[in-house]
Amino acid sequence: MSDITFAPRAPDQEISGESLLTRLVLIACALVFLGLFLFLPLISVFAEAFKRGWEAYLAALADPDAASAIWLTLYVAAIAVPFNIIVGVAAAWAVAKFEFKGKSLLVSLIDLPFSVSPVVAGLSYMLLFGAQGYFGPWLKAHDLAIVFAVPGIVIATIFVTFPFVARELIPHMQALGTDDEEAALTLGASAWRTFFTITLPNVKWSLLYGVLLCNARAMGEFGAVAVVSGKIRGVTTTIPTQIEILYNEYNGAAAFALASLLAALALVTLVLKTFLEWRYADAIAASTHR
Amino acid sequence: MSVSITIEHAHKQFSTYPALRDVSLRVKQQELVALLGPSGSGKTTLLRAIAGLEELDQGRVFFDTTDMRSLSLRDRRIGFVFQSYALFKHMTVFENIAFGLRARPRHDRPGSAEIRKRVGDLLDLVQLAGLEKRFPTQLSGGQRQRVALARALAIEPSVLLLDEPFGALDAKVRKDLRGWLRELHERTGQTTVFVTHDQEEALELADKVAILNQGVIEQIGSPDAVYDMPENAFVCEFLGEANKLPVHVAGGQAFFDDAPIFGGIGLNRSGPASLYVRPQHIKLADNGPLSLPGIVERIRRNGAVRRLEVAVRGYAKRVELDLASSVAPAIGERVSMKFTSAHIF
Repeated sequence: MSDITFAPRAPDQEISGESLLTRLVLIACALVFLGLFLFLPLISVFAEAFKRGWEAYLAALADPDAASAIWLTLYVAAIAVPFNIIVGVAAAWAVAKFEFKGKSLLVSLIDLPFSVSPVVAGLSYMLLFGAQGYFGPWLKAHDLAIVFAVPGIVIATIFVTFPFVARELIPHMQALGTDDEEAALTLGASAWRTFFTITLPNVKWSLLYGVLLCNARAMGEFGAVAVVSGKIRGVTTTIPTQIEILYNEYNGAAAFALASLLAALALVTLVLKTFLEWRYADAIAASTHR
Repeated sequence: MSVSITIEHAHKQFSTYPALRDVSLRVKQQELVALLGPSGSGKTTLLRAIAGLEELDQGRVFFDTTDMRSLSLRDRRIGFVFQSYALFKHMTVFENIAFGLRARPRHDRPGSAEIRKRVGDLLDLVQLAGLEKRFPTQLSGGQRQRVALARALAIEPSVLLLDEPFGALDAKVRKDLRGWLRELHERTGQTTVFVTHDQEEALELADKVAILNQGVIEQIGSPDAVYDMPENAFVCEFLGEANKLPVHVAGGQAFFDDAPIFGGIGLNRSGPASLYVRPQHIKLADNGPLSLPGIVERIRRNGAVRRLEVAVRGYAKRVELDLASSVAPAIGERVSMKFTSAHIF
């Protein structure tokens, strides 16, 4: 017989768990934090937006300047997001599937936009393309406007949102390895066919996830856009910069009406992200379970 | 269509170590060759170099007389089965097998009825008929292995290359698939090269076994040749088990502790050497000339035979021998061992 004995365990206690009191305190801390810093601000945004009722809310959104800001935000995202998908996928593909010199440098460069303050990024574009900038005179001579115009906003947004797609894809692609692609190539598939029928379907969930985050940031970007756009009302204001203008003019209701759009975007993104994480977990499990 | 493979002076350097060092190898038409070696011996690199998945620093690969450098990967028609199988997870078994046919250039692509027929035939060949709608994750390891094989065969490859084909399977499935692969090879007559670290697999399955070590082919020959006539100490130690005794060779005899234990050695050898003797090549005998005395220390069951461990004076390890007879000495008994066959290196 075994002479090892086990200490009896209290019935309400998990084997590796904390005591009930500790757990309650920890959970309460987390809930209070979430309430104070996340839910309360979110609720107050919508409360402020609808303070004067539906009609005032819709009127605030229908204001020509607000409408133009919404339109510009969608326009910029529609360029920046596809651009970052293409470049991000290409960068992730290069990093994950090939060995080359300077690879670690490329990986750090991909992360650069996350470590640089967007305002600094915006200022650097001013320095390059502004009237007193390096390319300023040349641009002026050719009647091209980048700063204080839509192209500058697009460039700044692309810079700030660049890492999202690549960063989602690189670890996933690296984990998948190159066997599938090599198999497709030995079976006679062209490089394009291999990419579209093998590589892309293998990473579709993480790609979608990256696109979602990229889009949310592209629409919500403030710092870099605020600097390069010059915030010309009705011309170069996006939703976030328009909100700031309205708020500074003590037009709280209109500011919060626009802010509610971004908050709603955040909520939709969150729901989709949760859904994808759930799907994505399945896909990851399937890809490692072979 | 089956071709011969010729590798000439293959050299491949990875950043820190040479994976292949001046390797030359010839695989005849319809031959089944095993590349056997410990991990890091370069066997997979050699296989990938044959496929064109790895570029050689020096050396050339020919299929018959065609230099493979002149062909792109997709024109080489390699049937490559990956160790991980590399099945396309988002495609059904049918789509996986049909992939190579559908990937052909338009003028060469069979119609969908033809593809369906070919895939059906292949499913029959690998005994997976009825599973064409399944996804790879819904298959067992052995089934995935066979899907990978069917997919590789679908393009009617000129050679079939398999990387550790049974590595990820359990022992029973492994044995079944081994016999099945042998049959398949006899039926299709495909020139086949496979990589394995499992010597039993290599010896049982292959026509020829190439034993690799640190980027060099140590020996190549039929399973009998490499097992019975190892050309060097590495092959002898790597294949099967062997007791290694430090001996002194003189006058055609090997001396251990100043007593002759084995004779019939070529007279051109002399001096200190290592004597390798396999457990099944040691008999218990009466004291006599050319024998090694010792004391039985342990007896264990080892499959069909009993394994004796015998302590020998002047030898730190124990000499192991296999006893097929049902009569065994007792532990502590003094025995005398005679070597029916041994190798001196």
